[in-house]
Amino acid sequence: MEGTTETGEPLHRALGLTDDEAVAIERILGRPPNQLELAMYAVMWSEHCSYKSSRVHLRRLPTTGPEVLVGPGENAGVVDVGDGIAVAIRIESHNHPSAVEPYQGAATGVGGILRDIFTMGARPIALMDPLFFGPLDDARTRWLVEGVVSGISGYGNAVGVPTVGGQLTFAPCYARNPLVNVLCLGVMPVERLVLGRASGEGNLAILLGATTGRDGIGGVSVLASAGFEDTEAGTDKRPSVQVGDPFEEKRLIEACLELLDRGLVVGIQDLGGAGLSCATSETAARAGMGMDVDVRAVPLRQPGMAPFEVMTSESQERMLAIVTPANRHAVEEVCRRWEVRATVVGTVTAPGPSGGRLRVLDGPEGPVLADVPAASLSEDAPLYRRPMAPPSDAAARRAQDPAALPAPDDCGPDVLAMVQDTSWVWRQYDHQLFLNTVVGPGADAAVLRLAAPGLPPSRRGLALSTDANPRWCAVDPRRGTAWTVAESAVNVACAGARPVVLVNCLNFGNPEHPEVMWQLSEAVDGMAEACEALGIPVVGGNVSLYNESNGRDIDPTPVVAVLGVIEELRRRPPVPGLVPGHAVVVLGDTTDALAGSRWAVERHGQRGGELPPFDGPAIARLLRLLVTLVGEDDLLSGVHDVSEGGLGVALAECAVASATGARLRGVVGHGALFSEVPGRVVVCTGRPGSVLDAAAAAGVPAAVLGEAGGERLVVEGLVDLPVADLIAAWRSALPAALDEPLPAGESG
Amino acid sequence: MTARVAVVVFPGTNCEHDVVGALAGLGGDAELVWHGQRSLAGYDAVVLPGGFAHGDYLRPGAIARFSPVMEAVARFAAAGGPVVGICNGFQVLTEAGLLPGALQKNAGLRFVCTTTGIEVCTTRTPLTAHSAVGDVLRLPINHFEGNYTCDGATLARLRAEDRIVFRYTDNPNGSVDDIAGVCNEQGNVVGLMPHPERACDPLLGSTDGAVLLGSLLGVADTRSRAVPA
Repeated sequence: MEGTTETGEPLHRALGLTDDEAVAIERILGRPPNQLELAMYAVMWSEHCSYKSSRVHLRRLPTTGPEVLVGPGENAGVVDVGDGIAVAIRIESHNHPSAVEPYQGAATGVGGILRDIFTMGARPIALMDPLFFGPLDDARTRWLVEGVVSGISGYGNAVGVPTVGGQLTFAPCYARNPLVNVLCLGVMPVERLVLGRASGEGNLAILLGATTGRDGIGGVSVLASAGFEDTEAGTDKRPSVQVGDPFEEKRLIEACLELLDRGLVVGIQDLGGAGLSCATSETAARAGMGMDVDVRAVPLRQPGMAPFEVMTSESQERMLAIVTPANRHAVEEVCRRWEVRATVVGTVTAPGPSGGRLRVLDGPEGPVLADVPAASLSEDAPLYRRPMAPPSDAAARRAQDPAALPAPDDCGPDVLAMVQDTSWVWRQYDHQLFLNTVVGPGADAAVLRLAAPGLPPSRRGLALSTDANPRWCAVDPRRGTAWTVAESAVNVACAGARPVVLVNCLNFGNPEHPEVMWQLSEAVDGMAEACEALGIPVVGGNVSLYNESNGRDIDPTPVVAVLGVIEELRRRPPVPGLVPGHAVVVLGDTTDALAGSRWAVERHGQRGGELPPFDGPAIARLLRLLVTLVGEDDLLSGVHDVSEGGLGVALAECAVASATGARLRGVVGHGALFSEVPGRVVVCTGRPGSVLDAAAAAGVPAAVLGEAGGERLVVEGLVDLPVADLIAAWRSALPAALDEPLPAGESG
Repeated sequence: MTARVAVVVFPGTNCEHDVVGALAGLGGDAELVWHGQRSLAGYDAVVLPGGFAHGDYLRPGAIARFSPVMEAVARFAAAGGPVVGICNGFQVLTEAGLLPGALQKNAGLRFVCTTTGIEVCTTRTPLTAHSAVGDVLRLPINHFEGNYTCDGATLARLRAEDRIVFRYTDNPNGSVDDIAGVCNEQGNVVGLMPHPERACDPLLGSTDGAVLLGSLLGVADTRSRAVPA
């Protein structure tokens, strides 16, 4: 019944299913599956769609809080940010498609995350893109960087959603398997929140948007749920990458938001991974209903497509709306005006004694091509407790001591080597559209006004930061992930925002390697510990596994994004910078721990040591202090979180941003200068006494390092550099590595 | 203020709400007008905002020039009404033949989103009536095809007829003669690549765009009083 491929391999294996999974499907159906059914299970039970290796761990994350309206498991997390406004937020990966076809891979990543947001009824108002590549001395990497950035720019700008920030990391482990994560944030009046449910027997399933083609077939199974073996990173997998059309998506956004605004749909769901199989089965299963889908009604992009291709195609820019028959014509009218195709492809059916069935029919009354329990495609997916073990070299690496590395006579060259202007990337993104971007890319966090057409007026603001530190997580995935959460929370607090919720994208290697599962499990525990300590619930996540090439896994790369709320956005919050005559103060515990720092890893090639234990109470105190200090008018003239490259790079970035130097003392050695342990913040202030008093009252250590001014950045005994040299190194780092001209205009 | 400003929306336009919001912030009354509309009766000024009209497919503006509203825009312009094309709107106006020249891909072949200096070169347009020649404004730019070009004879005419409205102080895209904006012979149709609507709120870092849009509203208001709607 199931058949074999030309080479004699059983079909289920060619589709990415294990023998055990094939047996499970037969048990669910009470008979062997036919080829169409097998194809539908193969995409829905793929690692990408089913989270079959990670679900057992993700349950340990805290997901509830008073402001959480929708937690993980829906298309996006939703949080109440006050004034009758809800924010929908989600982050996803498009790593494997981008490795194979960087422009379309990155572009369709943007398209997919946008649909996740407006599916909830929210208007997308901001995107962010954390990117991870190999070193730029490799031609293929430069091609990937060029393609990914162009893809994000080409799609995001044209679809009309600003890209307001991100992250850019280079490390050898990403050379053949870059990471392209994309976050989207949307806003809506609280009452417009909709969920992807196909309720109401006899309601119609209307497919909106693009035609269905052969692009992206098997994207989730063939591409996203397996690693790369050949050195040219799977060029044979290119046909599994979808092709994006931002103009179609723009019209789809406007049409869907109008449909939701006018209450014309019962439920709505985007078509992403696993295409129609996923959208029809998930909407039906969530409502406890069934659905009949007429595969012949689906508008096709090319003739002769087999039913399995129609049901598993990942063609972009499609949505499935559930509509009462009475509203059908009104829906068609809205779609006609926006030039969006709308086709009835199915009907919601009543559940039988064993639940709702998803049936695929060939023509409205035609033969039944597939008949499966709707819920079995998502809810009965296998759940694996894969073996876990720490890496064999874990103990040896922990025993290394970065403090034993030779102390530099002059830390200046290290500072110069680690500063980098990322504006070559984000100048290619429209980061200003919608007039909300108060602080754009390049600062600790993006700061946005909370405004959009149709929203109630609000004086609040949002702060958003995406963060990852694979170097820390390679040293210790648990503590590294906990500190990453702290880092992200401190970033939004530097904008004066109270951290509210977190979403994550867990990028790891091959889950069949016990050390990768151990890393994932440790990372989840670290995230849970930090989120509980700081009172930040997790409202959504995405897991990307099989990030490996030639059998080598990437460093564990949990990416987190923390959303913060600014109670009243009266003025632009302070950003990194120095004002001549003002004091430079460092807040937070002094530390000289260098494990996992850029200085140890990039400058000395040492990837070992031990991260300090996570200190939740100290971070919580710092967060409260920052919100108080930033909220006070004119108290801080500059603020910058100490992160990658440590205090040395943070001070250098402040100096570069305002073309002003400083004379500083009291930094005890290169360890204190380059340690990246979160919880330290540099502020510039004309009233250091007030800052020290507030810090003392909050229980946060604080020290005046010296005064800003002059044309040199001097840290007594460690650094003495002309600011002009810092600016030159900072500006040229990325263009020089990419062999690109220095850009004109302002980059700060 | 009695003026009504039409903000034209093509499928794929994305700056329409920003323009309406910025004009409203200056006391103006702006309304969205769908590209299928064939009349602009009752409006005192027309803005073609930025975005990607019809996806910018084929070439920016190449399809939008055939939208029904463009005939009405041409009639409105011929009657002396103020018409402003911002970014994609500028591209549409050149494709429609309402402004000379063309906008090709940026030198460097990259999309550029940044803030740059723009010098006002003439005050004879509705957008610059409140400025002085030589004023330098800080305005955001956001485009891939902003590299203004025209033949030598056209450039000579633009110079001779005082039709270069704005020049970049630090040319970001390779435009000939640093041109950031031009106008038609009568001066009532203006196209510019920078986005004045993105610089009308101190929270966003610059209010230099307000002087341009304020000028447009002033001219439209005078017109609304002179010509009963």
